[in-house]
Amino acid sequence: MNNILLIIQREYLTRVKKKSFIVMTILGPVLIAAMYGIVIWSAMSSISQKSVQVLDESQLFVDKFPASETFIYEFISGDLDSAKTAFKGSGKDALVFIPKSILINPKDVKIFSEEGVPFDLQNGIENAIEREIESIKLTEAGITRRVLEDAKMNVESQTISLKDDSEEKSSAAAASIIGIASAFLIYISVFIYGAQVMRGVMEEKTSRIVEVIISSVRPFQLMIGKIVGIGLVGLTQFLLWIVLSFVIFNGGLYFMQDKVMDAAQTMSQSQMEQMSPEERQIVEEQIAGASATNGVSKALGALETLPVATIIICFIIYFLGGYLLYSALFGAVGSAVDSETDTQQFMFPITIPIIASIIFAQFVMKDPNGTLAFWTSMIPFTSPIIMMVRIPFGVPLWELALSISLLIAGFILTTWIAARIYRVGILMYGKKTSWKELAKWVFYKG
Amino acid sequence: MNNILEVHNIVKHYSAHTALDDVSLSVPKGQIFGLLGPNGAGKTSLIRIINQITGPDEGKILFNGEPLQEKHIAQIGYLPEERGLYKKMKVGEQLLYLARLKGLSKAEAMDKLKTWFVKFDIKTWWDKSIEDLSKGMQQKIQFVATVLHEPKLIILDEPFSGFDPINANLIKDEILELRDKGASIIFSTHRMESVEELCDHVALIHKSKKILDGSKKELKEQFKNGTYTVEFTGTLSVTESIFTIQEIKPLEDTVQRAILKLQPGTSVNQLLGSVMNQVDLRLFSENIPSMNEIFIRAVSS
Repeated sequence: MNNILLIIQREYLTRVKKKSFIVMTILGPVLIAAMYGIVIWSAMSSISQKSVQVLDESQLFVDKFPASETFIYEFISGDLDSAKTAFKGSGKDALVFIPKSILINPKDVKIFSEEGVPFDLQNGIENAIEREIESIKLTEAGITRRVLEDAKMNVESQTISLKDDSEEKSSAAAASIIGIASAFLIYISVFIYGAQVMRGVMEEKTSRIVEVIISSVRPFQLMIGKIVGIGLVGLTQFLLWIVLSFVIFNGGLYFMQDKVMDAAQTMSQSQMEQMSPEERQIVEEQIAGASATNGVSKALGALETLPVATIIICFIIYFLGGYLLYSALFGAVGSAVDSETDTQQFMFPITIPIIASIIFAQFVMKDPNGTLAFWTSMIPFTSPIIMMVRIPFGVPLWELALSISLLIAGFILTTWIAARIYRVGILMYGKKTSWKELAKWVFYKG
Repeated sequence: MNNILEVHNIVKHYSAHTALDDVSLSVPKGQIFGLLGPNGAGKTSLIRIINQITGPDEGKILFNGEPLQEKHIAQIGYLPEERGLYKKMKVGEQLLYLARLKGLSKAEAMDKLKTWFVKFDIKTWWDKSIEDLSKGMQQKIQFVATVLHEPKLIILDEPFSGFDPINANLIKDEILELRDKGASIIFSTHRMESVEELCDHVALIHKSKKILDGSKKELKEQFKNGTYTVEFTGTLSVTESIFTIQEIKPLEDTVQRAILKLQPGTSVNQLLGSVMNQVDLRLFSENIPSMNEIFIRAVSS
């Protein structure tokens, strides 16, 4: 037992002390946060106001374009040619020309700009014109914009799961995302850490240290020590990722929240200044509604409806189970070969169930309680990935218990088989091994 | 109990062949025991069984009078022929780890390591990676790892491979010193000159069976063929009742060398007397077979 601890300690420390581990651990969440940060920051920083001159021959739109966070409109008069000459060197960003015949020829609007016309400017102006034309035409038909706004209802549904006699708000979208993300994380980590076990075994075999070590400890102790040590490295990495992400997320949220609020306020103020009192009232209502359901808080709200604690606990259980199950097999492969190139023939059948599970996961996500979902989340070779997809949607306790028990039985079985192959394999040098031989090794005695 | 290790009737089968067929031998305490045999004879199988890496199919092994069991692992030091160390690990860390696997506490291991680092003058290597050392240097580290926990039984499989003559001598002296301090050593090699030099006792395994076993003296006695080398001037003729001449050739000037075979029932004194009467004797010696000859004769017969 003491020896297993020593082995675990060595396997763990040599890996955790590696530069690549430290870099990955710190960089992982930082990179993801940086990516989101850049997206948000660039979205916000592009909100620099552009001033646009509008030459409206039709006189239909004068002072009708509301100024926004992005555009300020200045209506000018005169003819197009002199406006164009004046535009050059005026420092304005664009000049919009609306012809007299706009109602008949809506395609005759022209936008001039010194450099290319940005897409959002073109879009914004087209929308503004369309909206005004719509208003004009509606007014002609006797309908006010107010009536129209009333007619538009924004429908949003809440999904509620009826479980344990208590109604819980659930979010199918959030469940899907969390489920597939954690399944994918297990998929990746089984591969990464399983391969590390395989390489560790091969390193010991090819460097020939294995014979020295197993004159001190049982081969089984060496194998288990390695598997557990590397598994702990994986857990450490996840734990650090969770802590770091939490810190970065909260820090980022605190910092961003101010900016989001600022932006929302300035936008609404500048808009409202140009509105009539009744319009202002509508907008105020909208803002009140919007801030309650804005993106961030909506996502957080959805998260709260998920069984977060269950997901984290199950993630750890299924990561460990899946990892133990597969890494034992990876270890056996490592012991049976002399070089990395020889691993291919053995790796292929082992990786098939892992890859199949991630494919099944897409179907399971659409029907988390179907037959496929049930069976694939019971079979130990696929359950670590499939069950993670199902858990956010809610899984009956007995299914969870059965699946975990089967998983434990599964990894005890694979570890047993792997250990039998391992103890023979590590002492076989310079021999190409076949599947038949591996099968024989399992039944060797002594 | 005079034997550190007794192997009784060990049989080991692998799927296709028998690696050890009813092998018994005893390793006396405080001696260097040469375990010899051609490639594939079963030496490594036997060594692995003694190290409890694999188990025998039949037979039993006594270590210091007790049936061999897991607790004895700490009292055995094994230097395999196929040896290696963790390439990326630091020398000091690695030796500490290997010593602790043999049951030493960290402090004990540290203490003993310091002695060896001073002895081999390798203090500056502590923080070096194994992969930064030359092959000979790695072998030294490996030797330290084998004997650091002061095992009662040390098993050395080709310990001199990879050493230059100077370091080979250094290791040889260490082996002798370990023996003098009371350790028993099983020494497996193909290099007969080191068997000649080091071994007190020898066993020879051939085709899974033990074909020879005994102290070096006994074996030489056993393989002696009753021939003598003489160098002389003059003419030597055969005295039928005492000796026959197997070979005779001139050496230099008038000196000749002959190999004489003593007839059964005659003594060396009679032979010497008979020769002295005929010639002017320069040299007279008994032909004692080298370990190399014994090895070859035993294996090819």
